[in-house]
Amino acid sequence: MRTLSPIFYLLAALTLAGGLATVLLKQLVHCALAVTVAFAGLALLFLQLDAQFAGFAQILVYIGAVAILIVFAILLTRGSDLPKDGVFSKTWFLGLVIAAGVFAVLGWAVLASVSAVPQQNTVPAVTVHDIGNALVGRYVLPLEIVALLLTAATIGAVIVAMHEKERPR
Amino acid sequence: MTTPLAGYLLVAALLFAIGLGGALVRRNAIMVLIGIELMLNAANLNLIAFWRFGPHPEALTGMMFAIFSIAVAAAEAAVGLGLVIAVYRHTNTAELDKIDRMKG
Repeated sequence: MRTLSPIFYLLAALTLAGGLATVLLKQLVHCALAVTVAFAGLALLFLQLDAQFAGFAQILVYIGAVAILIVFAILLTRGSDLPKDGVFSKTWFLGLVIAAGVFAVLGWAVLASVSAVPQQNTVPAVTVHDIGNALVGRYVLPLEIVALLLTAATIGAVIVAMHEKERPR
Repeated sequence: MTTPLAGYLLVAALLFAIGLGGALVRRNAIMVLIGIELMLNAANLNLIAFWRFGPHPEALTGMMFAIFSIAVAAAEAAVGLGLVIAVYRHTNTAELDKIDRMKG
């Protein structure tokens, strides 16, 4: 794989179109659908990079959980009615300039330095078995910390979003 | 665009810029969170691309970083959307420029 395959261009176009549609569409529900397309495109890019485990984790976590969570939040905050004074903030031009500047810096950095990075083009022979062994071997402490973090985040999210009773003042 | 790694890095940079633009430009708090999710995903694409084209893929470092990053992003999404719902209950709006008081 010395050059980029046409499949890469197709997947990149799909992902970027999903991302652009997410930012530009007015209806929040359409945005949630578009961001799902972007997540799916990224999962396919992971598969294209021979990272099967990360690709399927991306599908499970992002398309399966985060997208559903976003749709629930939109419905619970009545985000489906369009605001009267537009969906973009008053300082949208400044935001656009900052984003374009960040992309210019990142793109310049990539194009200026990528020839110095050593590249190997053999497909890495990594199985899910290896990943599981690494997770409970070398990376067992981060795994435990992530487990603790996920538990705390779940409990915290429930407590934060829980309906609070009206207190007498 | 000469090498595959540069292609993936440029796609990730563009996706990051799109997410940043979304987070800066939109008024709805949920849209800002979606923009942050897009930025996190772009960073994950970088990690996976460097893992694939880097010198020691069998060490699994980039892959593990991406997997842990996905897990932390899921926790962040849950807490963030919970916060948006709590603020909506309190102020009856999810528009960020209408939430301008620190006092409850």
